[in-house]
Amino acid sequence: MIEAKEIDFSLYERNPGELIPLLQLVQRESGFLSDESMKRIARFTGVPLSKVYGVATFYSQFRFKPKGEKHIMMCRGTACHVKGAPRIQQEIENHLGIKEGETSDDMKFSLENVACIGACSLAPVVMVNEDVEAKLSPERIKKLFGKSEKKK
Amino acid sequence: MMELSDLVKLANNEWDDLLNGDDPVLLVGNATCGRSAGSGIVFRTLKNRINESGIKCKLHEVGCIGMCYLEPIVAVYTPGNPLLFFSGVHEKEAAELFESYVIKKEKAQGKVIGFLGEGDSDGHKHLGDITVMRPQERLVLNNCGLIDPTSLNHYIANKGYSGLNKSLGLEPQQVIDNIKASGLRGRGGAGFPTWRKWQFARDKDSDIKYLVCNADEGDPGAFMNRSLIEGDPHSLIEGMIIAAYAIGASTGYIYCRAEYPLALERLRLAIKQAEEEGLLGKNILESGFDFRLKVKEGAGAFVCGEETALIASIEGDRGMPRPRPPFPAVAGLWGKPTIINNVETLASVSRIFQNSPEWFSRFGTEKSKGTKTFALVGKVKNSGLIEVPLGTSMREIIFDIGGGVENDKQFKAVQTGGPSGGCLPAELIDLPVDYESLADAGTIMGSGGLVVMDENTCMVDVARYFLDFAHKESCGECAPCRLGTKQMLDILTDITEGRGSMEDLKLLEDLGKGIMKGSLCGLGQTAPNPVLTTLRYFRDEYIEHIRDKKCRAKVCKELIYYDIIAEKCTGCHLCFKVCPVSAISGDPKEIHVIDQELCIKCGMCLEKCPDKFNAIEVYAGSKNHG
Repeated sequence: MIEAKEIDFSLYERNPGELIPLLQLVQRESGFLSDESMKRIARFTGVPLSKVYGVATFYSQFRFKPKGEKHIMMCRGTACHVKGAPRIQQEIENHLGIKEGETSDDMKFSLENVACIGACSLAPVVMVNEDVEAKLSPERIKKLFGKSEKKK
Repeated sequence: MMELSDLVKLANNEWDDLLNGDDPVLLVGNATCGRSAGSGIVFRTLKNRINESGIKCKLHEVGCIGMCYLEPIVAVYTPGNPLLFFSGVHEKEAAELFESYVIKKEKAQGKVIGFLGEGDSDGHKHLGDITVMRPQERLVLNNCGLIDPTSLNHYIANKGYSGLNKSLGLEPQQVIDNIKASGLRGRGGAGFPTWRKWQFARDKDSDIKYLVCNADEGDPGAFMNRSLIEGDPHSLIEGMIIAAYAIGASTGYIYCRAEYPLALERLRLAIKQAEEEGLLGKNILESGFDFRLKVKEGAGAFVCGEETALIASIEGDRGMPRPRPPFPAVAGLWGKPTIINNVETLASVSRIFQNSPEWFSRFGTEKSKGTKTFALVGKVKNSGLIEVPLGTSMREIIFDIGGGVENDKQFKAVQTGGPSGGCLPAELIDLPVDYESLADAGTIMGSGGLVVMDENTCMVDVARYFLDFAHKESCGECAPCRLGTKQMLDILTDITEGRGSMEDLKLLEDLGKGIMKGSLCGLGQTAPNPVLTTLRYFRDEYIEHIRDKKCRAKVCKELIYYDIIAEKCTGCHLCFKVCPVSAISGDPKEIHVIDQELCIKCGMCLEKCPDKFNAIEVYAGSKNHG
């Protein structure tokens, strides 16, 4: 991860159509969109800051808080739903002590719901960083994320 | 720059050498689904084994052949033998397979799916004759799982870009006429005739026109486009160049989900390869036609599958739809005529020109020509990606190809068309899958997700799930969708939590019809479909939830209870220890009891209770009221 202010924008032409690709670039390189980086994108593209926020908050991909070392994307697609995703999610939330959209205090885990990963034939699935974990059961959650970090 | 015929010569040599050559060949199914099943490590294992053994051997990544339930899949060619497909090849099996079949040339061991090509089949079935494949016609997916998607030559050796070459020799209007003759209709959902869309844009006079491929596959439960792009990216690019030539577009965009990193990688590579060989860019194949193609990453908004919202998103705005007309074909991206086609539609265009319109229209029904890919998922044995002629019955798809319901449970329903579609009941199992039949039954073809549901799926919960999805994804622009879906969701939540009333059913129907009439775009206009179809076909279940406070599928927590069967309980005390709310009482070696007032129905006790005792049971309803 690199600091948002150090990300190279030189390949971009400063036009408003580049707003979403720039937001994606900053998030990819620095993990999330900080207030500072939003201001920098606004200045660079000439798009008002209010609109930069308007666009960024519209899309579920964008995140305004840093994610954990292990970023868990819980698939909430139809196939996963009928094969028990709600139960898996409950188990993850219980096990890690965080809810959907949150990052654990020690920054080890963050949990996010996503529409559909597209690995439906292996449902239910989660993505942990870049890896897909397939055919989950509540039992496997503990193995997957190790001992609970949650304080009782 | 080389002529296409030179490229073909080179490509054919490479391909012949691959599958008829003197060296063994290993093909590892390494699309997203394969990787999830562990094919990445299989690929690395084989690579290491090949290096260590010093044997000359070709190793390729291929896309998904569609039988996701058999992953990881490895296909092996050895000289004199056909190409054999093996299933369940994990790390250990891969090393064994290489050792015994490739090095020692022993008889094939392990699970053989089938074979392709010439040679001694050794009693195995041809891949086309196995039950999963027999009813299928793979026109669009024919390369998936067989060619290396990172190799332009593999594509070219399998008729690739011959369709482009053919169409560039025709007038643009003739290209449109050919598509008209093929009968191709849009594969993204509504089934609008492709040629007519193109004709609008062609007839519109403009200095600039755009072609956009909608690869923002947002339907939960669908991955056809992802597999096609991962397995055969050039078929999409070829189709786009043909479409652009027909309508006179000079720039194209592929709007692809950011959640599909591998598909994006394959697309970018394929575009670069096509540019290097003069298949994209200026003066394509010396025809004087120019076309530039760019990839845009979607940012996770379901509504961007709607044409005008997708355009707003490419322009860098919030993905909110605008009223139509004007239609994008007249005034779209940056106010210019814009055609938006689905991935499968464009890949079908490539095949139509690689073969012929007549060839394509031989498949399917009178009004629905060709084939359709489906993601067959949910509670089905053989889940995966399939392609069948339009008009094939649900029974053939679910029971012949899909092998029936998982664990041989009772088939209850199949959901088509994602959040815009509906649930079809078991009575309609013989319904032919074509645009008109599905519409008559109250659902839509959609992009191709088929989610199979069994007796353990609650239809009210499914309806609630889709409304929750539609409500979250509603862009908020128009009131009927923004507020209406929220109202419907609240009512459905009440019903699933035991607070429903019989009047709610009529209210749901009235609201649903209102939202369909009053919403601005397709998202709102179709959002009530899952509720209306389940009300139509599964009204009994709604009534049971409301009147009897029972969920027969044992899904809705408020309408079920857990109990310990006294005769089976040995007092092992495991459930006592695992219960998070201390609702279970009983000393070790004595019969345990669940306090129904305290129980939060988390199900931990049921999972913990050892199979040999099986003393915990879930019941529909509540213990006190039956």
